[in-house]
Amino acid sequence: MDATSIGWLALPLAILGGAIRVSTPFIFVSIGELITEKSGRINLGLEGTLMLGAMAGYAISYLSGSPWLGVLSAGLAGMAFGFLHGLLCSVKRVNDTAIGISLIVLGTGLAFFLGKPLIEPKAPPLPSIALGFWSSVPQVRAALDVNALFFVGIALAFAVYVFLNRTGCGLMLRTVGDSEDAARALGFPVLRVRIIATMAGGFLAGIGGSFLSLSYPGSWSEGLSSGQGIMAVALVIFARWRSINALGASLLFGGAGALGPALQGIGVTGYYYLFNAAPYILTLAIMVASTSRAAPFADAPGELKLHR
Amino acid sequence: MSSISGIEPVPSKPLGTAAQLSVALPVLAVLLASAIFAAFVALSGQNPATVFGLIVQGGFGSSFAWQDTLSRAAPLVLVGLAVAIPAQAGLVIIGGEGALVLGGLAGAVVTLPFAGVHALPMQLLMLLAGALIGGLWFGLAGVLRQYRGVNETISSLLLSYIGIAVFHHLTEGMLRDPASLDKPSTHPIDPSYMLPTLPGVGVHAGLAVSLLLAIAAHVVLRYTRWGFALRVVGGSARVARMIGLAVNRWILGASVVAGGMAGIAGAIEVAAVQGTANSSLIVGYGYSGILVAFLARHQPLAIVAVALLIGGMQASASLLQRRLGLPDATMLVFQGLIFVCVLVADAIAQQLRETTRR
Repeated sequence: MDATSIGWLALPLAILGGAIRVSTPFIFVSIGELITEKSGRINLGLEGTLMLGAMAGYAISYLSGSPWLGVLSAGLAGMAFGFLHGLLCSVKRVNDTAIGISLIVLGTGLAFFLGKPLIEPKAPPLPSIALGFWSSVPQVRAALDVNALFFVGIALAFAVYVFLNRTGCGLMLRTVGDSEDAARALGFPVLRVRIIATMAGGFLAGIGGSFLSLSYPGSWSEGLSSGQGIMAVALVIFARWRSINALGASLLFGGAGALGPALQGIGVTGYYYLFNAAPYILTLAIMVASTSRAAPFADAPGELKLHR
Repeated sequence: MSSISGIEPVPSKPLGTAAQLSVALPVLAVLLASAIFAAFVALSGQNPATVFGLIVQGGFGSSFAWQDTLSRAAPLVLVGLAVAIPAQAGLVIIGGEGALVLGGLAGAVVTLPFAGVHALPMQLLMLLAGALIGGLWFGLAGVLRQYRGVNETISSLLLSYIGIAVFHHLTEGMLRDPASLDKPSTHPIDPSYMLPTLPGVGVHAGLAVSLLLAIAAHVVLRYTRWGFALRVVGGSARVARMIGLAVNRWILGASVVAGGMAGIAGAIEVAAVQGTANSSLIVGYGYSGILVAFLARHQPLAIVAVALLIGGMQASASLLQRRLGLPDATMLVFQGLIFVCVLVADAIAQQLRETTRR
C-alpha cells in the first residue's frame, strides 16, 4: 500500500481533500441562505432546491455536453424555486417554516420524478484543477485535485462581503432585514427586496446542488444530499451572518464531514456514522454555547424570527 | 382566546361567512393542487384521469388497498401528533424522524433479554421503551429552548440527524445481529411478542394504539384544563406566567409527550411490521408527520383523516409504478403541491377571519 509510505500524513491529507470536496456545496448553500436571511426571511426549503439543482445541472450537462451550462441551469432552477418561496412567504400570516418543509417535499419530488431517466446516463463532469502536480505522492495529488467550483465559492464569499458592506444595494438589503419599519420609512420596496434575496439564495443553492451531481462522484442518484440544505440554516447561525465566516464554517463542516470517511480509509471504521454526525453535533454545541436567554444572537438580522 | 379569567376551554364560535370560507378555502386549495398535478401528469405524457383513478384504486379501492393504507396511516397519525401537540404551545418541532428511529431501536432491544414471557407485558414494554426514548429526545429540544434560548425548530432537526447517526452506529455496531448480513439489523424480537392483527380489519394493533392516542389527545386538548393551559402558554408566555402557569414545565411536558408519540410510532413499526430495528425504519415518516399535522391544522381528529388520505396516496404509489411506470416520487410531487396550496389557503383564511372579526 502507498498509504504506508507517507504514514500518518495520509489522515490529514484525506481530511483536507475531503474538506475541500465536502465543503463546496456548503459554501454555496450557506451563502445563499445568508443572503436570504439578511433580508429578514428564513428559507428552510433549500434542501429541496439543492436536489432540484443537482438534477437540473446533471440533466442539462448531459443534454448539452457542457457542465457549466448545467451549473447555470441548476442556478436558474434554484432561482425559480426561490421565487416561489419568496412569493408564498409574502402572503400575510403564512407559516414560513411549513412553506420551507413543503418546498423540500415538492423539490425532492420533482427532482426524483424528472431525474428518473438520469440514473443511467453519464453526464460530462465539472473540470478539476490539479494543484498537486508538484508531488509524486498519489495521496497528495488526490487531495489537491480541487474542483473549479470551489474557487468560485471562495470568490463568492468575498464578493458577497463587499456587496453587503460596501454597496448601496447591500445596505438596502440589510436595512430590510434589520427593521421593516425603517426600510419602509426610507421608501425601500421591502417585499421586492425579500423576494429577490430569496431568489438569489435559491440560485446559489441550485449551484451548490449541481456540484453534488457534476463533481465527485459525478452521477445522479436520489441519495446525493444528506441534509446539506437543512444544515445551511444552522451554518449561517454558526457563521453569525457573515459571509467570510460562512466560508470558514463550510470548510470546518466539510472537514468534520470528511473525518468519518478519512478514518475509514486508514482502517478506523467503528465510529463512521458518529463522525458523519460531527457537523450536526458541532452546530448544536455552537448554538448552545452562543445563545442564552440573557443575550440572544446579537448579530442576527432584526426581522429574523429565529430566537425569542 | 378572549377570556382568561377562569381557566375554561373557550369553544370557538362559528363566524358566518368567515367560518364557511375557512372550510371552503382548503377544499379549493386541494382542488387547485390536483389541477396543477393533473397538468404535471399530462405534461409527462399520462392521462390525468387514469392517474387519479389509480390513486383512488390503489389507496382505497379494495380491502387489500385499505389494509395497506391503514397500516401506513398508523405511524402517520402518531408523527402528526408529535408535531401538533407542541404546536398547541407555540412550538415548531420537526425532528420526528430522529425520535421515531430511536424509539424503534429501544422497542427492538428492550425485550431481547426476556424469552418466553407472556406477550402482553412485553408488547407494552416495547411501546413504553419507545415512548421513553422518543420523549427524551424531544425533551432535549424543549430544554435547549427554555433554558438556553436555542430555536427548537433547528435544534430538533439537528437532533434528528444526530439520532439517525446514533441509530446507524448502534444497529451496525454494538446491537447488530451478526446473522443480518446484507442489511444490518438488531436481533429479531421473539415472534410471539409481535403485535397481533386486529380481527376483522387485517391491520396490526398499532393502528388501534394510534387511534386511541389521537382520541386521547383530542379529549385532553379540547376538554381539559391541560389543553387550555397549553394554548395559553402558546398564545403568550407572559400571560401564562401572569396567571401562574409554570411555562417551562408546560413546554417541556408538551415536547416530551410529543416525542413519546414519535417514539411509539417507531416501536410499533418494529413490533408490528419489521420485527427488528434496521434502516427500513428511516423512510421519512417524521417529515410526512409535519405535512399531516399542518394539513390538519394541528387538530388530533383531523390528523387521523389526513393521515388516511396521505397514507392512501403513499399506498397508491406502487400501483402507479406497476401500471404506468410512474416513479414513486410522483406522489411526493402531489403531496408537496397539496401542502403548498393548503398552507397558503390557510393563511388567507386566517386573514379573512381577522378582518371580519374587527
